[in-house]
Amino acid sequence: MFKIVKKRVLNPTVTQMDISAPLVAKKAEPGQFIILRVDDEGERIPLTIADYDREAGTVSIIFQVVGATTEKLNHLNEGDSLADFVGPLGNATETEGYRKVAVVGGGVGCAIALPVAKKFHECGAEVTSIVGFRNKDLVILEEEFKACSTKFVMMTDDGSYGTKGMVTNALEELIKEGEQFDLVIAIGPLIMMKFVCALTKKYGVKTVVSMNPIMIDGTGMCGGCRLTVGGKVKFACVDGPDFDGHEVDFDEAMARAAMYKPFERHAYEEACNLFAKEVK
Amino acid sequence: MANMSPKKNEMPTQAPDVRNKNFSEVALGYTKEQAMDEATRCLHCPKQPCVSGCPVQVHIPDFIAKVAQGDFEGAYQVIALSSSLPAVCGRVCPQETQCESKCVRGIKTEPVGIGRLERFVADWHNEHATEAPVKPAPNGHKVAVIGSGPAGLTCAGDLAKKGYEVTVFEALHVAGGVLVYGIPEFRLPKAIVQKEIDTLKALGVTVATDMVVGKILSIDELMEEQGFEAVFIGSGAGLPKFMNIPGENLKGVYSANEFLTRINLMKAYKPDSATPIQHGKKVAVVGGGNVAMDAARCAKRLGAEVTIVYRRSLEELPARREEVEHAMEEGIIFKLLNNPVEILGDDDRNVCGMKCIEMELGEPDASGRRRPVEKPGSEFTVDCDCVIMALGTSPNPLIKSTTKGLETQKWGGIVADEDGLTSRKNVYAGGDAVTGAATVIKAMGAGKTAAAAIDKALMGE
Repeated sequence: MFKIVKKRVLNPTVTQMDISAPLVAKKAEPGQFIILRVDDEGERIPLTIADYDREAGTVSIIFQVVGATTEKLNHLNEGDSLADFVGPLGNATETEGYRKVAVVGGGVGCAIALPVAKKFHECGAEVTSIVGFRNKDLVILEEEFKACSTKFVMMTDDGSYGTKGMVTNALEELIKEGEQFDLVIAIGPLIMMKFVCALTKKYGVKTVVSMNPIMIDGTGMCGGCRLTVGGKVKFACVDGPDFDGHEVDFDEAMARAAMYKPFERHAYEEACNLFAKEVK
Repeated sequence: MANMSPKKNEMPTQAPDVRNKNFSEVALGYTKEQAMDEATRCLHCPKQPCVSGCPVQVHIPDFIAKVAQGDFEGAYQVIALSSSLPAVCGRVCPQETQCESKCVRGIKTEPVGIGRLERFVADWHNEHATEAPVKPAPNGHKVAVIGSGPAGLTCAGDLAKKGYEVTVFEALHVAGGVLVYGIPEFRLPKAIVQKEIDTLKALGVTVATDMVVGKILSIDELMEEQGFEAVFIGSGAGLPKFMNIPGENLKGVYSANEFLTRINLMKAYKPDSATPIQHGKKVAVVGGGNVAMDAARCAKRLGAEVTIVYRRSLEELPARREEVEHAMEEGIIFKLLNNPVEILGDDDRNVCGMKCIEMELGEPDASGRRRPVEKPGSEFTVDCDCVIMALGTSPNPLIKSTTKGLETQKWGGIVADEDGLTSRKNVYAGGDAVTGAATVIKAMGAGKTAAAAIDKALMGE
């Protein structure tokens, strides 16, 4: 069992938890992920590592409540435990040898983009962070990003905070102004990563994306997380989760991510009803 | 005088059109009377050829003699001398190519039903035995076992019985490896696997789940920092193969590993499972091995019309005859001498068919089987909304890539000598991680050999 030592509500649907997992914390690096099960009947879900504290022996996860499992997870509190917490899985993000990097985060993807931005900063790169949210209420981790970025750009879809528009608008503007990024890292919804890649391809800027497909074991065994990258089949769990964004077939990835949508919606409604009944 | 009946006592089974709608065990097992009658068919040949056909050399005629006398616990104790998982082996061993293929009775008639008797004895013991296994006195030596499949469990059991402090590291959240995620409930009930693992725990074995060795800990750390004097790698052959044909990433295409893992490990066949699975109406399974049969029979039980597509003929089907017969009885359609060339998708990228081409058999290839050759212009479409690729697996590169000096074959298998010793001192390996996809009992044989070699190496020091 893996104890929740800290729970922090970042916005109405996004929560951070610090989980006691000393061995995972010892090895974790930005870009890697874990797989958890909430309880003995639970499904296995992958979540990218948001932070880690090797001394305290904790690993942080940040999740948005989108389905039955994250709903259940969100009902747990400090002192409760998770049945399973496996990791660190996948490969760490390559952060060595870059001079000027743009880190682009969208929504809850910012939770994963932050440790990557921090690591680039520690490695001596000049970091420009561009983060986007639907509106002001959903903004997370603003201060943390500012602390490790030379330049910070906040975008919201409705203009309720920062600048109105998409992260791609901000990125294109910077490139047009003459910013010479030697790497763009995009982490967020598939559709956002797709458009960031379309943009950077136009300008010839190397772009890495972090993929988070459906998976079961996370060690290469099931093949459920497969993607087409550069015309070849890759497993996100062992070959990724980071890939060259200009090579990823996003349309295929988006279709595959939606494979269980009807089931997931139904399970989520069931879970919500169950918790609603408990409250009554 | 032996019972000279030419046929084995028949195995009672659930009726095909009943069992193809449930996940309960297909074969129901012998009664006491059937077992004792079958046991009297053994001739007790002085040379005991059956024993040489068993990868772990169970003293077969001796345990059968006990069964004939009605001493079932005695029979169990005989088997337990050589095998740590009899209830599993009695169910999933290919006895027809091993012990039973050497049985003298089999020359003219049917061999003695050794597998069925083994299963009976193990089940009898599990039901009646009251004495808990005794934890042996510790010998002060620590061994790590990576992977809790048949190779790892056997190695761990043999070492624990000698007093070693054994920790088994398992990547998934439950122990058992392929016995749990791969082989379906209706062939091998998970309660039986759990019982065998509980027995190992009672012997003092520690099972550490959620531990992906190569990620959370390396073999070097296990040996240098955690004090394990020897390591056995039984990590299996886990990476699914695909055909690299168009359409393989459509929604509704599974590797057999994923399909079976969702069903067996995550219980997706139960209506209240948190893990989803697609309930295809028409499912095509590509491949002809035991895994293909398992996947097809699972899909059938989820309510689909199931077709197996295999590129060679019935004769070359690599699956056990019994599994093929069971599948046919359950109403699975076999489209033999056909090979997929493309999986077809609709506008939403859901599978809507599979284009195949007819094959004919040409000259024998390297495996000795006749090579299938495409018949030009014979393409046709199989109507399906789900495709399961059961084409075999290759070893997981995780451990190789994180263990310095561990030599592997070009195809990924770990190089090990006849004792299971790898290119690294005190690091042993066995099972599918060394041989590529093979059988449960061969993996157990390798685990057993390695356990003996580890004991010799550590005690010799």
